[in-house]
Amino acid sequence: MVADYVDWLRREGRIVIVGASLAGLRAAETLRAEGFAGELTLIGDEPYEPYDRPPLSKSVLLGKASPHRTELPHRREIDAKWRLGVPATGLDLSAKRVRLADGDEVEYDRLLIATGVRARPWPKEEEARLDGVCLLRTRDDAADLYQRLKAGPRRVFVIGAGFAGSEVASACRETGIPVTVAERAGAPLVGALGGVIGAVAADLQTENGVDLRTGVTVTSLEGDSVGRVRAVHLSDESVVEADVVVVSLGSVRNTDWLAGSGLGAGPRGIACDAGCRAFDFRGIVTDDVFVAGDVARSPHALFGYQFLSLEHWGNAVAQAETAAHNMICHGADRRPHLWMPAFWSSMFGVNIKSVGVPSMGDQLMITQGSLAERRFVGVYGHQGRVIAAVTFDNTRWLEFYARQIERGAPFPVEYPTVDRRPEGRQPVAADFPDPSLPTHGPTVTLSGYSPADQQLVFHPARH
Amino acid sequence: MRLVVDLNKCQGYAQCAFLAPDVFAMHGDEALIYNPHAPEEQRERLARAVAACPVQAITADGLDDRGDKRDTGNAGATGDVQEASDGR
Ligand SMILES: Cc1cc2nc3c(=O)[nH]c(=O)nc-3n(C[C@H](O)[C@H](O)[C@H](O)COP(=O)(O)OP(=O)(O)OC[C@H]3O[C@@H](n4cnc5c(N)ncnc54)[C@H](O)[C@@H]3O)c2cc1C
Ligand code: SF4
Repeated sequence: MVADYVDWLRREGRIVIVGASLAGLRAAETLRAEGFAGELTLIGDEPYEPYDRPPLSKSVLLGKASPHRTELPHRREIDAKWRLGVPATGLDLSAKRVRLADGDEVEYDRLLIATGVRARPWPKEEEARLDGVCLLRTRDDAADLYQRLKAGPRRVFVIGAGFAGSEVASACRETGIPVTVAERAGAPLVGALGGVIGAVAADLQTENGVDLRTGVTVTSLEGDSVGRVRAVHLSDESVVEADVVVVSLGSVRNTDWLAGSGLGAGPRGIACDAGCRAFDFRGIVTDDVFVAGDVARSPHALFGYQFLSLEHWGNAVAQAETAAHNMICHGADRRPHLWMPAFWSSMFGVNIKSVGVPSMGDQLMITQGSLAERRFVGVYGHQGRVIAAVTFDNTRWLEFYARQIERGAPFPVEYPTVDRRPEGRQPVAADFPDPSLPTHGPTVTLSGYSPADQQLVFHPARH
Repeated sequence: MRLVVDLNKCQGYAQCAFLAPDVFAMHGDEALIYNPHAPEEQRERLARAVAACPVQAITADGLDDRGDKRDTGNAGATGDVQEASDGR
């Protein structure tokens, strides 16, 4: 019976993908590559076909690529019906229907949700509306910000020194624009990489001429008489004049449209099993709704079965491929999403990459190179195991450490390594901030593992 | 032609920057930046870069056939996509 259903689905079923970006596109390609011959619909609220986001804060801001031309290459034809420029507004799980903002309803036999995240806006709405207050998530955001940078602002102010904010600051300095960065934590990248590596990132910024203010928060944005932003007020009472403010306060998961649907979706994303099947709000797994990409939260065997939300490009691709595969095969052929978390960024001419989950690390060892030279490998340890590694301009060693993480290799790292310095003989505290205090830029969020975690709350829709 | 580099895979070997310098450039010692939209006259160089990358990190489409095989025909917004270029 079940086998028949899958065969039927593969031949003539209807698969709907909500979210037409990186994960949505790669899932569609995988479905076709693995023989799905039925009807495929992609629904996306942006009026554009899938495009790539990482260049938006890098080559685009440097003027080396157009914000309008980062469309993703297709790996194959996908013969899909595209519904672009129209958001999905609701999901009826029992009728298996997606509601669209234009009133249409689209029926599915299996659904993939890949609605990603959006930039967290500046919380004070009136201030957020001031001309010159920018976000950076979409190509329209990037086009707007690029135009403003090109116009030669007197000063750019970046709120939040996570990866995105730091990349913006880097682009400003490279194009000769004065820039101030404010970060609530003690250093940039602290949420993602901890205080030891954060200190290196801080030096990198100040040496490149960034006016870096740490341990402060922005209290308000001040506009002029015609509604343009003109100054930023900080918690230490200082005021910085700026005509462009980039709000880089992390992201909000696009799950609002699922409110009241009965799916286990909320501010922390959509929880799913290792096979990418979504949970409903009772924690019971569904079998016809799948999730992939930035919006997903899934348990990972290598990391104590913690639910990981990874806002990583590589995760979106890998999870989309696994979800698509699992959508159209029989139970025994399904695969778990066991991707080794991997991330890259570049700023101030330095290539920063990581594998594993650095924010789980309590301790850190610099096993190769040196912090002072900004060319090193840092290895994170958790409960006697290697749990993550980060490299600054040392990418070629990362693969080795990824294997160490997979093997659960012991920490501290005792074996000899190439270019080991005296500073790397002993582990030090990795110095992550107290997780209960929000910082601006963690790229990995852990939740739902400890039995003390009581955060599973269901918020039914108002109506 | 569209292209994307899987920068998790990329080892910064710079072969691509050597073979297609108008599309790929090293930024510092090992960070790669690139233009995700390569102009038509870069076709051959891009194809060489894709083939030469030792870790096969570069995906490009439209390399082997000239026709636009992308199938977004049903999208209401396809027109916008075509017009969205700012001409750079
Ligand atoms: C500026 C920038 C730089 C980045 N740099 C890096 C980097 O260097 N390295 C790295 O690893 N990652 C980076 N990332 C992260 C990476 O781009 C994301 O991990 C990736 O885009 C996730 O893909 P996704 O398809 O899951 O989600 P998204 O790309 O967020 O796509 C979700 C899509 O769904 C749409 N959508 C949302 N709600 C609805 C709805 N109700 N109905 C219809 N459609 C909807 C959204 O508009 C969007 O188009 C960067 C991101 C940004 C913004
Ligand atoms: S050739 Fe490949 S590995 Fe080398 S820099 Fe280019 S993309 Fe990276």
